[in-house]
Amino acid sequence: MKKGLNLLIRNGHIVDPSQGIDGKGDVLVEDGRISDVRLRSPEPEPPVGPGIEIIDAEGLYVLPGLVDMHVHLREPGYEHKETIRTGTTAAVRGGFTAVCCMPNTKPVNDNETVTEFILRKAYAEGACYVYTIGAITKGQKGEELAEMGMMRDAGCVAFSDDGLPVSKSLLMRRALEYSKVFGVPVISHAEDLSLSAGGVMNEGALSVRLGLRGIPAEAEIIMIKRDIELAALTGGRLHIAHVSTAGGVAAVREAKRAGIDVTAETCPHYFTLTEEAVAGYNTNAKMNPPLRTERDVEAVKEGLADGTLDVIATDHAPHHMDEKLCEFDRAASGISGLETALPLCLRLVDEGVLSMSGLVEKTALNPSRITGIGKGSLRRGSTADIVLLDRDREFTVDAEGFASMGRNTPFDGWRLKGVPVAVICKGRVHENG
Amino acid sequence: MGETGRQLRSKDIVGIKDLSREEIELILDTAVGFKDVLRRDIKKVPTLRGKTVVNLFFEPSTRTRTSFELAAKRLSTDVINFSVSASSVVKGESLIDTATAIQALGADVVIIRHSSSGVPHLLADHLNASVINAGDGINEHPTQALLDAFTIMERFGGISGLSIAIVGDILHSRVAKSNIYCLRTLGADVRLIGPPTLIPEGLFDPDIEVFHSMEEGLGDVDVVMMLRIQMERQDTGFFPTTDEYFRLWGLTRERLALARPDAVVMHPGPMNRGIEIVSDVADSPQSVILDQVTNGIAVRMAVLYLLSGARSGG
Repeated sequence: MKKGLNLLIRNGHIVDPSQGIDGKGDVLVEDGRISDVRLRSPEPEPPVGPGIEIIDAEGLYVLPGLVDMHVHLREPGYEHKETIRTGTTAAVRGGFTAVCCMPNTKPVNDNETVTEFILRKAYAEGACYVYTIGAITKGQKGEELAEMGMMRDAGCVAFSDDGLPVSKSLLMRRALEYSKVFGVPVISHAEDLSLSAGGVMNEGALSVRLGLRGIPAEAEIIMIKRDIELAALTGGRLHIAHVSTAGGVAAVREAKRAGIDVTAETCPHYFTLTEEAVAGYNTNAKMNPPLRTERDVEAVKEGLADGTLDVIATDHAPHHMDEKLCEFDRAASGISGLETALPLCLRLVDEGVLSMSGLVEKTALNPSRITGIGKGSLRRGSTADIVLLDRDREFTVDAEGFASMGRNTPFDGWRLKGVPVAVICKGRVHENG
Repeated sequence: MGETGRQLRSKDIVGIKDLSREEIELILDTAVGFKDVLRRDIKKVPTLRGKTVVNLFFEPSTRTRTSFELAAKRLSTDVINFSVSASSVVKGESLIDTATAIQALGADVVIIRHSSSGVPHLLADHLNASVINAGDGINEHPTQALLDAFTIMERFGGISGLSIAIVGDILHSRVAKSNIYCLRTLGADVRLIGPPTLIPEGLFDPDIEVFHSMEEGLGDVDVVMMLRIQMERQDTGFFPTTDEYFRLWGLTRERLALARPDAVVMHPGPMNRGIEIVSDVADSPQSVILDQVTNGIAVRMAVLYLLSGARSGG
């Protein structure tokens, strides 16, 4: 008998687009790795070996552990907002077994020492697997390239100045060119700062009505288009973070048709909420990019449905209460998103935007492929990162009960459906509720 | 003062857009009585004796603060002025802490001015005291709109059907925003005049007529409401220079002549003479700019009374 995790997950509905599986069956885990996936067949079941724990997954979906390629774990430097321990615990609660953390920590993850610190800490304390995204520029200042090669060696799976764009076109060109050596994507936080200047919500009739300074959709669209042109020029790998606008979706769609090497993500709040959520100066609905309009929401859904948008990421951005309980202008942007993402995505399945398999592609397989981390699959030999999902279980979102230290969510009090009742990760079975 | 039975629904006045037509009319009717008080020899009434009013100003202001202070004193309240410079906020105390501390001092009414839109709403949610918005960011300045409406009523006897032009930096003017809501609610025909950079396409209610030329916009209007041009707008490129602004959108005698002969000129103050308005016009018999100042006290008395006197009286 092997000393690692040994499990037989029986009679669940297995969905694994990496192998084209969508049906009832069993998943066998031996020594912490997936050793077999069997769809139900008329043949008699093989006997269960000794020392193998049996989990009855009747009525549940069995999915590969979800991969979130866009989170902020805040450590080092902002441990009052979140830590690697609390952030990864929140991830597992939400069904994620791997996360990629953005470099806007203090100090910025722009060198191998910080990368090593995060990875060592995550290895010891993380409830799930953690991968690092290094800064494109030193200090995220947008002035000179950070040591991408050394960070890559230390384990970084992508580069981004997320939270800030690389405003200088020449520098972005160099980043896309230079990173080709490592074959990892450059992730663009697409925002023309000179156009969004001072804005705190989507620009439109509502921003005027609330007296809040607006950010036009074009601040995103212009930067997406610039970066697409630079990707075409350089042949570099471009990934667009958090697409929020109809124009942004259209630009990515056109680029893909033209054969440019670009991938893109959106977040649950961009296909669930509109700018209306800001009404009443609700700082929990303050995001960057901002929540947009009904038309944008529809376009984002279309982008997910037709494959323009490859990934759903959370942009998990936990903040301390005091950073939200203040003037709207001063309030921090972002949502504590890990613990509500999966049920919000399931609404897309209910609406017919995505199939269950499509959802797993957007939240597990594609982000894993883009970052090259080799997760998001139940293939034989993979580490046992598995989610057992009770698709129909309803619950009320209770931010106070989050595992994340960030209680900043516009979804507090919402009735949602879909609970990852068991999440298997790093050799442990985590049970929720 | 106000007729029995009529009162405001909310404990706060955070914006005109939250007031019904009936509520606006109640405030204006109540202000008529207080205007009479201001004409007396003894300009003080004991109505709100024992109440405490705090002026909590996070932005420098002389006019509005003084007007509220005088209104509160005329009603026999105790008034405290609490000015917070932006720098001290940055240093430490949060907005909520400041406000709750002021409430703990026993404030019944907190009058708030702040450079961020929505701050009065935030305080209204967190305080038991009544909150009056004395200007928040680029959102609203409700008592200014109420005193403007009062001044127009005084001159014309009513507001419904009047043609009113608001001229200048509409996008960043809380005075303009509150006036748009107030005057339209009261049935006026409101039009906006100014450079396209300050009245961007598609951001305002589509049935408000927008003009980019004074010559086209001022024809036959009853009221010309000028806004103060904030000098810092120049640096952010909304228009090239104040000289050019004056050339294109300054209110001159010739331009005023396009309006109806009995048209009045308004300005919330302080004026930039020679930039948005010439002295000839500002000081002409058509100007009601000083009436606005006087009426401000009566309207603010009405608001204070309706929030702290009439409401608690049931």
